[in-house]
Amino acid sequence: MFKSRLFEEHVVQIWNDGLITGEMHTSIGEEAIYAGLIDHLADGDALALDHRTTSPSIIRGVDPKSLLLEFLGHENGLCSGNGGHMHIFSKSHLLASSGIVGASGPAALGFALAAQHLRPGKIALSFFGEGAANQGMMMESFNMAAALRLPVLFVCKDNGMAITTQSSEVTSGNLISRAQSFGMHSLELDGADAAVVWRESGKMISGIRMGEGPAFILAKCHRPQGHFLGDPLLRISEKPLKELSQISGPLIKSVTKYKGATLKQRMSSLKKVTSLLGKTMKSGKSGNRDPVSLLRARLVKESSGIEDLETEVINEIEKVVESVLNIYMERSES
Amino acid sequence: MRTMTYADAIDDAIAQKMSKDPNIIYLGEDVQMLRLNLFSRFGSEKIINTPISESAFLGAGVTAAMAGLRPIVEIMLIDFIGVAIDALLNHAAKNEFFSGNQWQVPLVVRASCGGGYGDGGQHEQTLWGWLAHIPGLWIAVPSNPADAGGLMTASIEHDGPVVYLEHKLLAEYFRDYLGSGGRSNQDYNVPRDGEQGRIPDKWTPIPFGKASIKKEGSDISIVSLGVGVHRSLEASKRLEEQNVSAEVIDLRTVAPLDTSTICESVSKTGRLLVVDEDYKQFGLSGEIAAIVLENSIHFQYGRVCTEQSIPYSHQQEIQILPSTQRIIDSALGLMNKQL
Repeated sequence: MFKSRLFEEHVVQIWNDGLITGEMHTSIGEEAIYAGLIDHLADGDALALDHRTTSPSIIRGVDPKSLLLEFLGHENGLCSGNGGHMHIFSKSHLLASSGIVGASGPAALGFALAAQHLRPGKIALSFFGEGAANQGMMMESFNMAAALRLPVLFVCKDNGMAITTQSSEVTSGNLISRAQSFGMHSLELDGADAAVVWRESGKMISGIRMGEGPAFILAKCHRPQGHFLGDPLLRISEKPLKELSQISGPLIKSVTKYKGATLKQRMSSLKKVTSLLGKTMKSGKSGNRDPVSLLRARLVKESSGIEDLETEVINEIEKVVESVLNIYMERSES
Repeated sequence: MRTMTYADAIDDAIAQKMSKDPNIIYLGEDVQMLRLNLFSRFGSEKIINTPISESAFLGAGVTAAMAGLRPIVEIMLIDFIGVAIDALLNHAAKNEFFSGNQWQVPLVVRASCGGGYGDGGQHEQTLWGWLAHIPGLWIAVPSNPADAGGLMTASIEHDGPVVYLEHKLLAEYFRDYLGSGGRSNQDYNVPRDGEQGRIPDKWTPIPFGKASIKKEGSDISIVSLGVGVHRSLEASKRLEEQNVSAEVIDLRTVAPLDTSTICESVSKTGRLLVVDEDYKQFGLSGEIAAIVLENSIHFQYGRVCTEQSIPYSHQQEIQILPSTQRIIDSALGLMNKQL
C-alpha cells in the first residue's frame, strides 16, 4: 500500500510537470480495498479493473518501472505505449483494465468462465465504482454470474461521486440490497481499513473458490484527488478566486441576461452547484480516514522495524522514478 | 464430396473443430435449442445458454478468449449488436493492440444477417460495412455451403476476433424460425445454390482476404457478397443474352478485403458495379471505389445497395434490397457510358 501510494504521488507530480498526456485517474484513497483483497489471490486468479489501474497493478506485483514507462507513452512500457493508464494489461498477472465504465463486469465473467474450464478453483475479481453500478452491462453481469454460478467477486468502490454528480442523486434503492436481489452474498465494508477488508473478504473468497457462486462487496472510500487530476470541483474548491474569476463572467450572464428558465429555477441551479462546491471543500478538510496513514499508525503501534521497511520502499520507488525519467529524457533529446 | 445445407455446413464445421479442441465453448441465447445437434453432442458445459444480456456475454467472450478459451459467441441477429457494440468496438478489436501484443483475442462472433423474408428493419440489416470500419475486426460473409464451412473453420483458427455473418435467406432454419414459422404458404426468393450445395468430406480453412471469381467476363466487374452474389450471377446470365460479358466476384470476407482481385478485374473490364445489401452511404461500396481509385485505375462506377431503413412490407422490401433487375439496369447503364 505504501509503495503504491508513494509511486502514485510521483505519478501525480509527473502529470503536474506535464510529462503524462491526457487524463490521469488516480487510485489514491482506494489502496486498502486492493491490498485487503489482492492478498488473498494466487497465481491463476484474474483481475478485471476499471480505469484506476495504478494501485491494483502495483499491489498485484506489476513491475513499477514498466508501468511508469507506459504512463509516459514509452515504447518500452508495459503495453508498448499503446495502452496508457486506462488500458493496462499484464498477461502474466491475468490483469486487464478498461476505460469504459462498467466494462469490468463482463470482463470478470469471461475470466471466470475460463477459470471454470481451465483453472478450477481460481476466481476473477471485478473492480468498479458505485457510478458503474448503474451501468446496464454491470447489472447484466451480476445476473449472468449468479445464474451461471461463476466464480466472481464484484467489488464496488463507493466514494459517493459519479464523476461530478452525487451518486445518491442518480441511484435508486441501495447497492447492497440490489446485489442481494441477484442472490449474491453481499457485504458492506470500510474501504479505508485494509485489515477489515482482508479479514471480512477471506471467507467470501474461499466460498467463491468452492463453487458457491459470485459475491458482492461494497467498500466505502474517499478519493482526495476526485475523479481525475484537474477535477473541476476540486480546482474550484482549492483555488476559488483563480478558478471562479474564469467562469464567473459567463455564469453571471447565464443567470441574469439570457432567456431561459424562470429566475427561481436559475437560482436553484446556482444553489445546487454552490452546495456541491461547499461539500467538496468540506470533504477536503474534514480529515477523511486515509487508508495508508491508518494502517501505518496501527503498524507503528504493533510492530517494530516499520521505518526501515519504509526507507527501503522509498529508495526503491525513487530509483524507479529516476531511472524511468532518465529513459524518458533520453528519448525526448534524441 | 457431400451435399449439405448452408446452415448444416456451419454447424458441421464447428463440430469438426470442437471434437478436436476442448477449449472451444459456444455461448449465446437459446443455443441449446438453436444448436440442438451441437448441444446433444457436446453437452451443457460447452454449449452454454445465456441470459438475454448481449453486453454481458459478448464482453465475457472477449476475456474468456484472452484467458485461454476459444469462444464462439452467437448474437442471434446482427441487428442486436447495438446493445453490445462496446464489447466489439472498445475491447475485442483493441485489447491485442492496447496490451502491446501480450494478449490475443481468438473470439468468433456468429450472427445471422440480411433480409428478404418480411421481418422488418430491426431484424434484417447486414451491418458488415459498419463493423468492418473498426480496425482489428475480421468479417466473413459466406454465400454458399462450402464457403460457409471453410470460412467458419478459418474463423475458429484465427487468433483475433472475427464476426461471422450467415445470411438468413440462405440458412433454412432461420428462414423457418423467423419467417415461415412452420407454414408452407410462405415463398421467398431463395437462391438455391446458396442454400444447399456440395461440400468437402473434411473441412479445411478458406483464407480470409481471398475473393472467389464466380464467373469470368470481360465487359464489367460485378463485385458482391452473400445473397448479392446469387442475384449478380442471375443478372449476368440475362446480361449475356444482351451480349454483355460480366465478371462476378464473391468477396467472401469484407475484412480483410481482397483488393488485388478487385483491382485486377476492374483493370481488365474498366467497369465496376458493387452489389451490396448493406447501406449505401459510408460503407463497403464507397470503400471499394476509393481503393480502385487509389490504385490509379480508370473506370466507370455504379452500385446497387440498400438506401433506406428496410420496410416491413414484403412487396416494398424486395424493391429496396438489391434485386436482379436493379443489377441488370445498373450494369446496362454503365455499358452505355464511355470508357
